Formats: sequence, C-alpha cells, structure tokens
Amino acid sequence: MSSIAPLLEVKDVCQNYRKGSGEEGSLVLDHVSLNLSEGEIVGLLGRSGCGKSSLLRIVAGLISPSEGKVIYQGAPLHGAAEGISMVFQSFALFPWLTVLKNVELGLEALNVPEIEARKRALKAIDLIGLDGFESAYPKELSGGMRQRVGFARALVVNPNILLMDEPFSALDVLTAETLRTDLLDLWVEGRMPIKSILMVTHNIEEAVLMCDRIIILSSNPGRIASEIKVNLPHPRNRLDPVFRQLVDTIYARMTKRPEPKPQKEEGIPGLGLAMSLPRVSTNTLSGFLEAVAAEPFNGRADLPHVADELTMEIDELFPVAETLQLLRFAELEEGDIKLTDDGKRFAVLDTDQRKKLFGEHLMAYVPLAARIRHILDERPTHRAPSTRFREELEDYMSEEYAETTLRSVTNWGRYGELFAYDETSEVFSLEDPN
Amino acid sequence: MNFKLPAFPVFHRQALPNIWDVVALALIIGLFVAIGNGANGVALPLKALDTTPIDLDYTNLPYYAMRTTLRMFAALFFSFIFTFCYATLAAKSRRAELVLIPLLDVLQSVPVLGFLSFTVTFFLGLFPDSVLGAECAAVFAIFTSQAWNMAFSFYQSLTTVPRDLEEVARGFRLSAWQKFWRLETPFAMPGLIWNMMMSMSGGWFFIVASEAITVGDTSVKLPGVGSYIAVAIDQKNVHAIIAASLMMLVVILAYDQLLFRPVVAWAAKFKVELSAGQTVERSWVLSMFQKTRWLKIALSPIGWLGRQFARPRLQFMPDLKSVSISNPYLSRAFDIVFFVLLAAVAGYSVWQIYSFVSATLTLGDAWDAFALTFYTMLRVVILIFLATLLWVPVGVWIGLRPALAEKLQPAAQFLAAYPANILFPIFVIVILKFSLNPDIWLSLMIIFGTQWYIVFNVIAGASAFPNDLKEAAANFRIHGWSWWKNVMLPGVFPYYFTGALTASGGSWNAAIVAEYVKWGDDKVVAHGIGSYIAQATEAGNYPKIVLGVAVMSFVVILFNRLFWRPLFGLAERKLRLS
Repeated sequence: MSSIAPLLEVKDVCQNYRKGSGEEGSLVLDHVSLNLSEGEIVGLLGRSGCGKSSLLRIVAGLISPSEGKVIYQGAPLHGAAEGISMVFQSFALFPWLTVLKNVELGLEALNVPEIEARKRALKAIDLIGLDGFESAYPKELSGGMRQRVGFARALVVNPNILLMDEPFSALDVLTAETLRTDLLDLWVEGRMPIKSILMVTHNIEEAVLMCDRIIILSSNPGRIASEIKVNLPHPRNRLDPVFRQLVDTIYARMTKRPEPKPQKEEGIPGLGLAMSLPRVSTNTLSGFLEAVAAEPFNGRADLPHVADELTMEIDELFPVAETLQLLRFAELEEGDIKLTDDGKRFAVLDTDQRKKLFGEHLMAYVPLAARIRHILDERPTHRAPSTRFREELEDYMSEEYAETTLRSVTNWGRYGELFAYDETSEVFSLEDPN
Repeated sequence: MNFKLPAFPVFHRQALPNIWDVVALALIIGLFVAIGNGANGVALPLKALDTTPIDLDYTNLPYYAMRTTLRMFAALFFSFIFTFCYATLAAKSRRAELVLIPLLDVLQSVPVLGFLSFTVTFFLGLFPDSVLGAECAAVFAIFTSQAWNMAFSFYQSLTTVPRDLEEVARGFRLSAWQKFWRLETPFAMPGLIWNMMMSMSGGWFFIVASEAITVGDTSVKLPGVGSYIAVAIDQKNVHAIIAASLMMLVVILAYDQLLFRPVVAWAAKFKVELSAGQTVERSWVLSMFQKTRWLKIALSPIGWLGRQFARPRLQFMPDLKSVSISNPYLSRAFDIVFFVLLAAVAGYSVWQIYSFVSATLTLGDAWDAFALTFYTMLRVVILIFLATLLWVPVGVWIGLRPALAEKLQPAAQFLAAYPANILFPIFVIVILKFSLNPDIWLSLMIIFGTQWYIVFNVIAGASAFPNDLKEAAANFRIHGWSWWKNVMLPGVFPYYFTGALTASGGSWNAAIVAEYVKWGDDKVVAHGIGSYIAQATEAGNYPKIVLGVAVMSFVVILFNRLFWRPLFGLAERKLRLS
C-alpha cells in the first residue's frame, strides 16, 4: 500500500449516549482512532453494543462525535460529505420511487442535469446487474435485488469511500453470498469508482472473506481491541486452512477476557448493577448447554465449530456464551467454550431442577436479579414498580439498553422463579397468579 | 364494421389518440367549463344576491351544487396550504411545536359555528358590497372543518419519517426543500389523503350553516345547495329537501369516483411496506388516464414542471432543531424569553375572554353552559354506546363474509361521507307530527351520520382478522360469549377504536346542528350546548357564543384526554395484531 496520506482518518473519537433529557450518558465509543487508505476494504467487527454502527455513522457525517474528529480530504468532517456514500442493512429505498428514480436521487442532490443523471443512473444499474428492473418499485423486488438498488444508488454518485452497514445480514445465505461475490468481482476488477470500503459486520467469515484489514471492537464502551491483516488473494476460499486459521484467531480474540478495569465508587462499570444484559432466551441457554454437553463436544467446544453446528451467527452466539459465562455455567477461553460442573449438571436435570439451579445462579451472579429479589423480600407488600429499577439502570446505560436489560432479567427471573412480573401494571412481585 | 385503416400501422398503435383520450378530454373540458361558470358568480356585487334570490326550481340545483362543490375545493386548497406551512413549522421547530400542537388540539375541538360567527363581519368588511366577502366567509367556515385534522396527520407523519430513509436523504445531502418534496411529503401522503377525505365529509356537514349565513342582523344566502336547503326549510318544501338530498348523492358519488378513488389508488405507492399489498386500490378513472396516449403527451409538461419545482437546492428552512442543540446556553436563554412571552400572551387572552364574557354574563351562565355541555356529552356517549351495541356484531358478521364485505364496505364509507343533516328536516316533520320528546329523538340525529365510521372500521377489522386465529378458535371449539370476549372483540378493537374516535368527534360537531332544528317557523330544540351555541349565533349574542364555544372546547379536550387517549394506549399496546 502507498504511504501517502490516508483517505480518511478517525482521530480519538468518543461518543456518548444522549439521554432523553439531552444530558450525556455513558460512553458508546471510547477514543477510537483508525485510518482508511486507498485500495483497501476495512471491516469493523464486533457484537451488538460495541458502537460499530455509531462509528460508521460518524464517518458518514450523519452524527457528530462527542469528542475527537474525522479528517476527510485534509479537513475535518462536518455533516455528510460529498464522496462518501452508504449502503444500509434495511436497504432504505424510497418505496414511492422506481428503481431508476431511487438511483437518480443522489444525483439530484448534486444538481446533475437531468439527462446526464439518467445516463449515469442507467450505467450504475447496468453495472450492478439490475438491467430490466428500471421501472420496478422496490416492493416488487426480492431482498437481494433491493440491496442491489442500494448499491447502485451508492455507486452512482462516484464516491471515494463506500460505507456498508451490515449490507448482507438481512438477506438469506445464498443471496448474500451471490451479492458478496458480485461486489468483490467488481472491486477486484476495478470497475467501481470507489477507492476504499469500510464495512460493519457481525459475521466473522464475511469479514475474512472480504476485508484486507479487520478491526475488532470490544463492547461497552466500544474500543479497538485488535486489528488483523488479511493478506489472502481474492477470490478467497472458505475451506483454505489459512482462512480457517484466521477465523479461529478472530474468535479467540473476541472471547479474550478484558483486563480488569480500575474500580469506581459505584462498583465496576460493566459489572455489578450497571452490567447491561443481552436479550437471550432461557430456551436458547438450555439448548446450547445441552448441545455442548452432548457428543461430539462433551463439554468443551471450539466456538466456530459450535456456531457452524448450531448455525448461529456471532451476534447470537456471543450473547449466549457470555450469559453462560456470567452465570458460571461455562467458561470462555481462546475461542473455546468449556462447561463448568454446574453447567454439565444443568444439562442432565429435569425442568423443575433446572429452574431451581438457574435461580440460584441468577441470585449469586447477576446483581440486578439479586437486587430486585432483595427489595421485594424487604417490602411488606412484596411489590415494586419496574420504573424504580429502570431509572437506576439509566444512570449507567442508554434507555434502550436499560429496557433490554430489564426485559432479560425479568425473563430470567421468571424462569428461575425468583419473582413475578405484571406487564400491564409494570410491577414486580413475589406471588404468581393463582 | 370492417373498414381498413390507412397504411401506417406502426404509427397508429403509437401515436393516434385512443378512446380513453376522448373520454378523459371530455372530463377535463367539463371541469374547466364548470369552474369558469362558478367563478363568474363570485365577482358580483352583494346586491345581486337580493335581486336573484335562491330559487327552489329543481333545474337550478346542478348550478347550486357546482357552486357548493367549488367552495369545498377552494377550502380544501387552503387547507393544504395551511397544512404544509403549519405542520412543517411545528415539526421542524421545537419551540413552535410546543405552542402549535396544543393549539391545534384546541382548534380541533372548537365547533365550526364558533369560527363562523366571528369571521363573517371581518370578511364582509374586507370586500364591502361584493359577493366575494361572503364567499370568503363561507370558504373559511368550510376550511375550519377541514384543516385541523389534515395538519395533525401531516405533523405526525413528519415526526415519524423512517430513520434509515432520513439518513439516506442526509447522506446524499438533499437540501431541506428537496427532502421535503422527495421524502417527507411522499411519506405523509397516504395519511394526508385519508384525512382529506374525512375533512371533505366534515365540510359537507356545515354547508347549510356556511352558505346561509345568519349571524345577528347579518343574513346572506350564497347560491349553493346549503342555501337551497335553508330556503326549502323556511318554505316547508319537502320535495325540495328530497331533491337536494338526491343532488348531494350525485355530487358525492361524482367526487368520490372522479377524485378520491383515483387519488387513493395513486397514493397507494407511497405506503411504506415491504411487500406488495394484499388489497390493491383500483380506480377506473386513474386507469383511464393511464391508458390515454395524446393526453399523456399533452400533460407531460406539467409533470416536468413538478419535477423542476422539487429540484432546486433551496435551504428555505434551516433545521431549527439542530441549531438549537448546537449552543445550549443561548438556546436556554431563548427558551426563557420565549416562554415568558408565551405566558404573557396566553394570560392576556384569557383575561380578554374573561372581561368580554363577564361584562354581560354571570357565573350562573357559566354553570348553565357546563350543565348543557354535560347533557350533550351524555348524548354523545349514550349514542356511541348504542351504535356500538348495534353495529359491532353486524360489522363483524359482515366482515367475516368476504364477498359481502367487499360489497358493503364501500357503501358504509359512502354513507359516512354523506351529510346526514340534509335529512334532518324529515326527522323534524316526524317529531312534530307525533309530538315526540326532542331531548330524546333529536339525539338520534347526532349519531345518524357518524355511526358509519364505526360500521366500516369494524368491517375492516373483522376482514383483516388473521385466519389462523379463526381456525384455532374453531379447532378448540370456542363458542358464544367466550368467542366474542377472547377472540373477536380484542381482534377488532383497534379498528373499532379508530371508528369510534372519529364518530365521537363528528358527533360533537353534529350536536350543534342537530340540537336546534327548524322547519319553517317551527323550532325543535333539545337541551344541550349545541342548541345553546346555535341560538346564540342566531341572536348575535357574542358573549354567549364565546362562553358556549369555550366551555364546549374545554370539555371536548378533557373528554378526549381522559377517555379516548387511555383507550388508544390500550389498543396500541395490547391488541395490535402484527
């Protein structure tokens, strides 16, 4: 790669949650810096909550960071810039415009004369393989075709940088693979005007398949955990041992325990009450424990292997594995998951015993669950409104995360029979309806 | 017939006008002639109205209907302009939003007659001795029955634009002007059009009051169906009433077929949905225009102009929300100034109203007004309840039979659009003949026009009820009351709710017309705030009008807040099937 100035620089960017009241909440991105050079595809890999989408939107100029800056073409970025365009997970097509009009939209904003806009749009449509669909409306198209429109729309403005926000994750496996390959072909053959691609993904294999550089973000708050270079030539073969090795390495890095952080007065952020809990169903937890306990894993498994076996993406896999780790039913190490004795015991128990064991672990290892139970025990009425806990959580995390966390702990608590919850009145209580 | 075409076969398929061109052209020219004809009457001096009084001859009816319709569309035009300005300002500026939205809520609950009595003198003074002044007053009255809910709907759409589309617009750096026409307005279109149709129905309801203007000594009768009916009532001419109601039938059918169906069918493409809709809106007029050849070419410059209109990169409204965030201290200071000013203006207005009303009226009058409003509220509640008891089972029964629902659904929608008050005189004849108690029997008229909203919404709900749930209910042999309670009623509730809410709003407005009805010299009066306001308007007793309108608006807002809003929450949270 050339050593000239990078195309785009992200310098020490921090981002806070903005609470409803406008004041700043906890950190989403913590001093993130990265460069984007000409001729490379860079992947941002991380699980939900690592701020990768926020980072992408900061680079796009759609949101401005709380601290730090983005340098593009030698100047700090303010608002959306010419030459940076984005492809969305949800396609984000205008339903009332035809394929052609959707593609022309970006040119209209650039004040390109109508005739030239038509010409360029048709060329982009042709390039991306949408010939014949020009007059179709988005709702007439399949998901794959819709995302092609998304690509054509992004490419028609001749961007320097293409940003992609999980562009293939709303598509089925087969369609996603076709689209990836088509895009890579265009890239390798240099038929697109783009100089660099920055993509967000939660799919490790996708990252290894497409990217020249993979940046792994840790969660809560999002930081750059490590960076991996992929020097394989395109087209890459998923079965190539080097490819597999890279996938394993990334799994290992992503499951590496974070170094202990300095104590704060309210306890350790990220742990204790302030811990944000992922939305994982108890059925999935049980199923996962059973699968790992059974043949061929016998209580210890390689994560990519399990992911393959259970067809889980890392977005689903990591929350499950981490929840099991949190509950001390499993341990994570170097990309492996190992069941603890209680984890193994859980796998063979019957439903009632499982619930009991789960409840005990919940009390012991999830401070929020213990706290709700404790307060319910203390109060003479044995009732407490959920807003009480919600507000407490919102001191540490965004409203959205507080909501998810509370929902998770409610479901786990119900399963472990620690407490009951009434949805209509939003009240926790000790008694179940008779 | 079997004659040969000249020898340009390729040419004839592409370029010759087809039969659709002819029909469409006839429609368009007819429209122009109608507008020209109607506009002629507007510029006449006011005295001309006295020299050519309303004539009950049936042959005059089409002309009157045309004048009325033009007035309706003029008002609709202004409603659109109002909507675009008011709702956009409310959606784009945080401070404006704080004032404009509650204000809209109040305006929505003020009865139309309340606006009319205060603006008539103003408009007549604006164009002295010309029909134009009276026309303006009439158009304004109709406007007040149309604009508020359209503005509300537009505002709601503007604040709920999907985030990803918003990001695309910003990512491509569309200017505020471009974004408004490319993203925000299209997104708001389905809701706006639906509300426009509701508005039209609401407007028809007040044609008599807005055309045959009687406020105190001022009395004007503009040529139109409303005045025709007013004269027919004065002269106790039943045949003329029937003729007018038949004319209305034709008019409503015509604008439904020629305007609303095509617009709804066209607007279907603005719905944000992932897959092609199950029900396709169709309109023969729209497909006819789409099949024309020459006309399409002739009209293409208009489409081109439209595109040019949306293209410029005007930054006509800076994004006020983002500006205010950028400097918190300055913004806080502005806030304080803004709220102090606001409080001062509000306090001053309340004081003005108080001093105006208290000059002639006492606290006892206020209590009277509250008591009368309570009677009217009781009427509205009881009648909505009765309509529910009757129409929910019937609507469900119809809705579960798709073939039947398909036929009856448009009929119910049509009946909702029909201004039932035209038939009120016939009720009155019956009430007078049998000396019925007006407090009870006039009440029926309140619900007469608005019950259809409940009917067609319930039909829609029952038709949309998921088939698997129906099958599950049948499989577990859920019958009788349990079926209603656990299966069907929760399923149709969100739909019923929409219908009942609309019906309730309409009923309050209808109460003003329905509680005080005349037939020649005979008057039938029910106790209620509606008759209170109507009588005060006729007598030109302004303090009483202000008091009546204020009390009614206050109670309606309270009623909506304390009754409908919690129900709305329930419907949204628990019963939405999606």
